[in-house]
Amino acid sequence: MATENEHNSAGRFFENVGRSAVHGIEEVGNGGVMVLESLYWTIFGYRLKQPVRMNAVIEQMMEIGITAIPIIAMLGGAISVTLAIQGIHTLRIFGAESHVTAGLAFVVVREFAPMITGILVAGRSGSALAARIGTMKINQEIDALKVMGINPIRYLVAPPLIAMVIMVPCLTIMSAGVGLFLAGVYINVELGISLSAYLDQVIDILKVDDVAQGLSKSCIYAVEIAVIGVVNGAGVRGGAEGVGKATTRSVVQAISAIIVTAMIVVIMSTV
Amino acid sequence: MSEQDIVMEDRSAAQSVPPSVIEVEDLVTHYGEREILKGVTMEVREGEIMVIMGGSGSGKSTLLRHLMALEQKTSGTMTILGQNIDDLNMQEFTDLRKKLGVAFQGGALFSSLTVGENVMLPLYEHTGLDRKTMEIMARMKMEVVELGGFEDLMPAELSGGMIKRAAFARAVVMDPRILFCDEPSAGLDPAVASALDELILNLRDAMGMSIVVVTHELDSAFKIADRITILDRGHILMIGTVDEVKSSTNERIYNLLNRVPDGENLDPDEYLARLTGEESGVGNQPL
Ligand SMILES: Nc1ncnc2c1ncn2[C@@H]1O[C@H](COP(=O)(O)OP(=O)(O)OP(=O)(O)O)[C@@H](O)[C@H]1O
Ligand SMILES: [Mg+2]
Repeated sequence: MATENEHNSAGRFFENVGRSAVHGIEEVGNGGVMVLESLYWTIFGYRLKQPVRMNAVIEQMMEIGITAIPIIAMLGGAISVTLAIQGIHTLRIFGAESHVTAGLAFVVVREFAPMITGILVAGRSGSALAARIGTMKINQEIDALKVMGINPIRYLVAPPLIAMVIMVPCLTIMSAGVGLFLAGVYINVELGISLSAYLDQVIDILKVDDVAQGLSKSCIYAVEIAVIGVVNGAGVRGGAEGVGKATTRSVVQAISAIIVTAMIVVIMSTV
Repeated sequence: MSEQDIVMEDRSAAQSVPPSVIEVEDLVTHYGEREILKGVTMEVREGEIMVIMGGSGSGKSTLLRHLMALEQKTSGTMTILGQNIDDLNMQEFTDLRKKLGVAFQGGALFSSLTVGENVMLPLYEHTGLDRKTMEIMARMKMEVVELGGFEDLMPAELSGGMIKRAAFARAVVMDPRILFCDEPSAGLDPAVASALDELILNLRDAMGMSIVVVTHELDSAFKIADRITILDRGHILMIGTVDEVKSSTNERIYNLLNRVPDGENLDPDEYLARLTGEESGVGNQPL
């Protein structure tokens, strides 16, 4: 009797694992389809008389980008200054604190500016997107769109996706700029290196490659945030509680995706 | 339930039968593993009001969603306005959908748009009209549902009955060929409910729309229906006119009409599955 029970629960466990795995793959697949479909509507929408509305994109850009400027500038600055402090502290052991600029410039432009921007956008806008789509799903608003012959991907997904892909890199540039500037101010105070000398150094060290890597990563983050928000929102079941869960899940997934992507990219680009 | 109990419509009627706008044949559908509709065959005729009735959980809303082609069916064929929906490409499908309108149970108005913008949305998305013209057309429909003057309110500022009426206005703003309504009068006070019934009758009479209505309210059903489809646990129990339904001797139909509690209504396996949350979604998945 007991063994049969164990057998059952083990079977059930593997069944559940299998089901989650299938579900996960399905979600990634859904996400991919969503991106392609958004691209399709962006390019061919006009010809099909179903354009992606410019004003919807701009509205999303305001919401995702403009309103996020203060917080991203602040946290981008805080992270860079922290890195400068840590860097000087560490390099002082080797008497090399004047080299702090090199490490700082690389790591801010390549990693931290995109990452901190991505995380904040995921928390602010990815979650909002999941909540919005989820609420619309349970209120049958998405069904209503479908019956009206309005493609939900074009109407609901493409605008925030486009807005994210435009705004996250912009915010990243701003975050890196503010961060490097504030770090420079700190370095100026701490090490007596003048701001202009510091900036020359930064510009000297940074190559197009570094900037390109930071920006392309931020584009990937943008797509990840948007897709994860939409997939979770569209998967909502069971009322307001479901929306809450989906929202939380979307933030956790998006941040995980961002960090894992960062790791994959850094491994691929340095090995 | 034996086959003989199913009362089929009388096809030998003298007057010619109008062409059908929706034809469903042997429709079988699943939610996950569970079979919901178990071989449904029916049609909706041009210019008729078809009321779908049945016990709770019998599959009425599910059938309605399939009639609007919102769900993936397991098997069977469906023809909407003469087009087999399996044969349509995306563009044809979109064009077909422009000829359908739906008023969902909860209204499904877009909460970020005003009521007026909600009603105008299909025009905005599908016609090249200028804004003034669209506003006039939207206002006309708002007048029809007696919501004139409420264009600038947000849906959250409307009462339940007003939301339903606004949803009607939005559903008919493109003058659809077929209108679908899920429980139009549920939760409304009798006066508003009967006004909605009148509205449905008017839409058929004035615009010749074919209308499919899911409802629990017997009075309302008998008042508006040209024909009634009775669903029972995923099967069609009967399709017939109001008189045919009223005079049916089928026990289950009798129970439904006379509100006799029906212990069998819920399949125990289904109930258990629901209790153990077999199909609860998001919450159960690890990250
Ligand atoms: N999204 C869904 N996922 C899984 N099962 C569902 C879903 N929607 C409905 N069902 C199941 O399908 C069956 C039929 O549901 P449906 O909503 O069509 O019933 P109904 O006749 O409209 O009932 P009611 O009168 O209570 O609205 C029910 O057993 C229900 O549990
Ligand atoms: Mg229902």
